Amino acid sequence: MSLSDDLKLSRRLSAVLRPTPEGLWCPEGAFYIDPPRPVDRAVITHGHADHARAGHGAVLATPETLAIMGERYGRDFAGSVQPLAYGERAMVGGAEVTLSPAGHVLGSAQATVRQGGLTVTASGDYKRRRDPTCAAFEPVPSDVFITEATFGLPVFRHPPDTQEIGRLLHSVRQFPERAHLVGAYALGKAQRVIQLLREAGYDETIYVHGALERLNRLYEHFGVSLGSLAPATGSKADFAGRIIIAPPSALADRWSRRFPDPVAAFASGWMSVRARARQRGVELPLVLSDHADWDELTDTLKELSPQEVWITHGRDDALRRWAELNGLTARALHLVGYEDEDDD
Amino acid sequence: MRAFAALLDRLSLTASRNVKLRLIRDHLADAPDPDRGWALAALTGALSFKAAKPAMIRQAVEARVDPELFRLSYDYVGDLAETAALIWPARYGSNREPDLSEVIDALNDAKRGEVGGLLEGWLDALDADGRWALLKLVTGGLRVGVSARLAWQAAADFGGVEVADIQEVWHAQSPPYADLLAWLDGKAERPSVDAQGRFRPVMLAQPIDESDFSKLDPAAYAAEWKWDGIRVQAVSEGGIKRLYSRTGEDVSAAFPDVVEALTYEGVIDGELLVLRRGRVAPFGDLQQRLNRKTADPKIMAAHPAGIRAYDLLAADGDDLRGLTFVERRARLETLVAALASDRIDLSPVQPFQSWEDLAALRAAPPAGDPQAAEGLMLKRLDSVYEAGRPKGPWFKWKRDPHLIDAVLMYAQRGHGKRSSFYSDYTFGVWLEDADGAHVLTPVGKAYFGFTDEELKQLDKFVRDNTIERFGPVRSVRASREFGLVLEVAFEGLQRSKRHKSGVAMRFPRISRIRWDKPAKEADELATLERMLDQAEPARE
Repeated sequence: MSLSDDLKLSRRLSAVLRPTPEGLWCPEGAFYIDPPRPVDRAVITHGHADHARAGHGAVLATPETLAIMGERYGRDFAGSVQPLAYGERAMVGGAEVTLSPAGHVLGSAQATVRQGGLTVTASGDYKRRRDPTCAAFEPVPSDVFITEATFGLPVFRHPPDTQEIGRLLHSVRQFPERAHLVGAYALGKAQRVIQLLREAGYDETIYVHGALERLNRLYEHFGVSLGSLAPATGSKADFAGRIIIAPPSALADRWSRRFPDPVAAFASGWMSVRARARQRGVELPLVLSDHADWDELTDTLKELSPQEVWITHGRDDALRRWAELNGLTARALHLVGYEDEDDD
Repeated sequence: MRAFAALLDRLSLTASRNVKLRLIRDHLADAPDPDRGWALAALTGALSFKAAKPAMIRQAVEARVDPELFRLSYDYVGDLAETAALIWPARYGSNREPDLSEVIDALNDAKRGEVGGLLEGWLDALDADGRWALLKLVTGGLRVGVSARLAWQAAADFGGVEVADIQEVWHAQSPPYADLLAWLDGKAERPSVDAQGRFRPVMLAQPIDESDFSKLDPAAYAAEWKWDGIRVQAVSEGGIKRLYSRTGEDVSAAFPDVVEALTYEGVIDGELLVLRRGRVAPFGDLQQRLNRKTADPKIMAAHPAGIRAYDLLAADGDDLRGLTFVERRARLETLVAALASDRIDLSPVQPFQSWEDLAALRAAPPAGDPQAAEGLMLKRLDSVYEAGRPKGPWFKWKRDPHLIDAVLMYAQRGHGKRSSFYSDYTFGVWLEDADGAHVLTPVGKAYFGFTDEELKQLDKFVRDNTIERFGPVRSVRASREFGLVLEVAFEGLQRSKRHKSGVAMRFPRISRIRWDKPAKEADELATLERMLDQAEPARE
């Protein structure tokens, strides 16, 4: 392709979707994808707070994501809402939008925008490995694939989740007099940890921090059955040998003092690096992430092999280097405002 | 290898002694022979491999990974072994994970040029945790916060025996400790303890309580100074010369000057000190020599070490531990006199008639070395040398600690059980700056001495009065008008170039929380400087 073809393509692409300080902007459809501040019209990929904010004029998202936003922000979190199920098409202004599963959390979607014969897919946050609490990622052939790179360094290769859950259960057997307090982000990670425990045959009551209760109910409403759950209230002795799931910030909070000599566990992709575990005072790191690890990121890019890869946030330097070595065109968008719920 | 890797992983992330003991004990119970013996060897620092170097690991990784991606990763992770373990792109072909013993046997047999190939094969077969453990093992220094003493305690817990029983046989055994473990399993007799040069478990003193004196007869006890160095056992038998710490760790390599002076046939129990022409130097001088794997000739010359002898446990092939203190002391005096060494002298016995006499001596030690002593030791004249800390035969009577009132400046989150508490406290005293304003200068850090209830109160004070947060550390309000005064007790004070205040405390702890005391009435740095001058008379 010649230089002038390159320029032409990039001009045509920016008519479909372009990065702006307010977020990814679709001029034909007059909407933003996951804008960090309130806008007139937004397409939301998933319910994590840094992607789904309250106060937009109109919101298009999957029914699950809309339900999550309603649960978190109250019924009138937006002027109007438009549910769009996976695989259905909607015209927004002059652009066609479809949502496909991203495998990140319940309701998470990739937003594909088609316009003028070009296809651009904004994948939001995603992962490729199995997750019993949400629909599996579906690759969408696209001219441009917009990816995250939260774990975009080759040191991040998450181990099998059965192994991590096995370590938790082993520790519960080895220290039956202690409580096991698992820090897990309230939306997605917490329910996945519970579900993985159930798959591993753990059918005891699992105790949960109050901040998780509403989302747990919502997951159950959407057909993810979590087994016997109970609030983490009671006397100290009741929690010996028990597993308690709580938001990560509660691990070092005064709240944790109600448990007998708790083993602080933390379910996060960052836990493969010991310094990160030590920094947070984590005794039992569980490498469980809802983000693609290095192999999932690079496998996905190889599989889709788009004309261009755009990287929204995370370690774009290393992923761009990899793309260069593998003959792909990649650019960093440096979008701001996306945090990493794994690190909360 | 997998179980060993899991053990190291958990050990590296807990600060709790009890948890560490349980993890090691369970490993000894669950892991097969000879792997568990090798694990014990690794934890007690009994293994070293000369052939594997960090540069070799780096080379192996760079042969497989793009250097730019490796650089970005290493920058992020910060530790070479860990980066290599995580990033290693395994190739097909290694079908089984190596056992720990297989790795150790192969490394011991390998020629220099073969080590790289062996490592690559193992790295291919292991997962990230296994690779991390392998790399820590072969490059030496597990750094998982386990001392040899702790590992022995875990082995003792596992076998249901006393730790002293393990210490006594330890140095007569070698990895992977088949006989020792068979004994701990209850399947064999205790292994032989006849080996020359072995460590004898040490006898320790109980702290004396003021109320004990009325029950004790002064005529039945000998008194001597409690020297402020480190307790050692100096063994010289059949040409084997070793210096052990009181927990039985072999510290010979750091003190070749002392080892060379062990020209007798027997086992001396004494205090390791820096001795300059027969005079005891402050503990800080000895510190220059500690925690080194080898001795630096310059430091050795500037800080000559020696032993002040307390006791004699064996001589000329006889075990003297069953004799009385008086009998052992007589043999010790003869032996030390015959040595006429400037590296080994005698801890003198202090004559006294009554407990009042002794109290006066303790309160006002005569000029010279006794000024630097930590206090007095009392030993029953008829006491045999008994491992452990029996109640009655030996007492220690420490000098009262120094006390100062300091102001709480920073607090840091604790670990393990204390991770929800701000439990490590940095405190400071007042200093007048160039403009005549009073400012606080930090003089130390303490994390014990308070009750659980007081910890809750301190934690609340920190949370309620936080000014700034720096990661796990918070600064708290501390001014002339408002601040929390802590009474800090400590054992000694040294000049220190590393501390901004110029002083460093030994063994500081919170002795009282002075909720009642106004911050401006806390001590001045000048008070500490005066203590320094008293404790450290002008050098010759």
